Amino acid sequence: MIEVNRKGEVWIFAEQHEGRLEDTPLELMSKARHLADTLGVPLAAVLLGDGVKGLTKKLFQHGADKVYVAEHPALRTYQTNSYAKVMYDLIHKHEPQIVLYGATVAGRDLAPRIASATKAGLTADCTDLQIGDHQTAKDKKVHKNLLFQIRPAFGGNIVATIINLDRWPQMATVREGVMPMPEPDKKRKGKIVEEKMTLAERDLPLEILEEHKRPKKVDLKAARIIVAGGAGVGSKDNFKLIWDLANCLGGAPAATRAAVDLGFIDHDHQVGQTGTTVRPSLYIAVGISGAIQHQAGMSQSQKIVAINSDPEAPIFNVAHYKICGDLNQVVPMMIKSIRSVSRIS
Amino acid sequence: MGYNCVVLIKQVPDTKRITGDVMNDDGTVKRSALPAIFNPEDLNALELALQIKNAFGGHITVITMGLPAASAILRESLYRGADEAILITDRRCAASDTLATSYILSCAVKKLDYDIVLCGRQAIDGDTAQVGPQIAEKLGVTQITYVEALVGLEGQTITARRNIGNGWQQVRAALPVLLTITGDANEPRVAAAKKMMKYKKALAPIEVEQKIKAENPNADEADIKELVEHKCRQLEEKGFLIKQWDLDVVEADLSWCGQSGSPTKVHRIQSVVLATKETKDVEPNETAIADMIHELIDDKIIA
Repeated sequence: MIEVNRKGEVWIFAEQHEGRLEDTPLELMSKARHLADTLGVPLAAVLLGDGVKGLTKKLFQHGADKVYVAEHPALRTYQTNSYAKVMYDLIHKHEPQIVLYGATVAGRDLAPRIASATKAGLTADCTDLQIGDHQTAKDKKVHKNLLFQIRPAFGGNIVATIINLDRWPQMATVREGVMPMPEPDKKRKGKIVEEKMTLAERDLPLEILEEHKRPKKVDLKAARIIVAGGAGVGSKDNFKLIWDLANCLGGAPAATRAAVDLGFIDHDHQVGQTGTTVRPSLYIAVGISGAIQHQAGMSQSQKIVAINSDPEAPIFNVAHYKICGDLNQVVPMMIKSIRSVSRIS
Repeated sequence: MGYNCVVLIKQVPDTKRITGDVMNDDGTVKRSALPAIFNPEDLNALELALQIKNAFGGHITVITMGLPAASAILRESLYRGADEAILITDRRCAASDTLATSYILSCAVKKLDYDIVLCGRQAIDGDTAQVGPQIAEKLGVTQITYVEALVGLEGQTITARRNIGNGWQQVRAALPVLLTITGDANEPRVAAAKKMMKYKKALAPIEVEQKIKAENPNADEADIKELVEHKCRQLEEKGFLIKQWDLDVVEADLSWCGQSGSPTKVHRIQSVVLATKETKDVEPNETAIADMIHELIDDKIIA
């Protein structure tokens, strides 16, 4: 761990694979920019890889003042130990006060390994970050300008604000898709700091034999309109209603975890705490009771229409339009109504 | 031949089954009303260990850290085929965050001979997925997280397939390793009836003590102690005594345990109350639905 370092920078781990930056570190930029400005310190991205210097431009445009670049042939492909070692060395060399990671598979694999090695705190899957003061109950001492690491816990039923008083850096992983991606400023520039690394055989204990990537079947984060079905839709066949309504609105079909578990649709379409977090203009919830885990992933939608036969369904609490009725009748009525409008215009 | 597997498991409140019955009137959850269960992905970790044992032989030790009641999931593990169960229970473990928890568990694992340490990918009460990788770091072993299939095990080399979010990756590493297992890895077996009949009598010493105290409310401390020791000896002879370790047994440095060992602290907890927005009731008929669609078009929600 490092000592409390008020002059320390705010860092983002700039996760990249095959020369392409992940969305999550970029989504993190506007929030991290705000944290750095509040603290009056620079915002830096840390970029590890091989031949990745070209990506610094994008990081500057999204808000970084500085990018630490560690290039090494052994860093071409992500693996836990090599990346953790480089991050550990850089953290001890530069003593940042905050280090943020996307809560991607790699981020969740890497960050705890670093936290354990540095003996520093780490909070998983934050949905918000703020700067604030904390008074310890025992000695009434006020610790100023700490990172408030805000995350849902207990299956989304509580929201906890976590702090790390003195075993720094303050580290957190941040959920994918919960922070809007900042608009890049094409004119923005920054400083590249090259870091020389030495890596040994033992830093690469994994032999990566094969890798298969499949493109996501749907990009829910980018969809303006989402039509989501729950267990209430009843069957995979009946889920065609969801696809039809989504198609006629030019929207994306989505589902709750329950519907995915029942095999109505692929996991790529899942919205909620263990799926994708979305914030479309319109979210139509069909046959969804509205478990808190699902609401966590969609309650930020601009307008919510909910269709459910149970008048007490919790989904109605967050809906702007409540349609209490049989989805098998209501959805076709909606399709008909939308089709008739689009024919006129 | 065979492999020594250590499976780390956790008892968790069943946060997935939150129904009206466990909700307070203000929309918050009555946490105490939730049933305590075997963390789902830890069952997948145990299943993988059992499959390794079936194929190659070896020994499975199951460890949990928690309150005395957590030994329920140790019994569940014995019903499924684990060879040995260890309960780590100690008041000084209280308020441990993931770092302190991983430290304590790593001290316990170091007491054992192991080739493969298995954990669930994450526990459903915190969903952090941090403890596995942190233990791997403290043991100084290779970690393979998000494992969805064991591809092969030959001599001192393991090959596994891991989920990388947008696909999968096959990796090979030398033992010892720590694996974190996802729910997709397998279908956990159910408890075997015969083993259940046998091991339902298995108890940890602290449970024996609780039971004897309840049965002998008027006995003095020395008598209780004697009764407990006697009963524990009986259980041990039959192989029904669940091992119980505290922080002294695992030789943990207390400054890295519990509150003092935890860099993260809670600043504030807020219950999530489902926000009530201004909701318009729309009748399920064609006119009302057409009106709603027009309103959404006027608001430029539908293009």
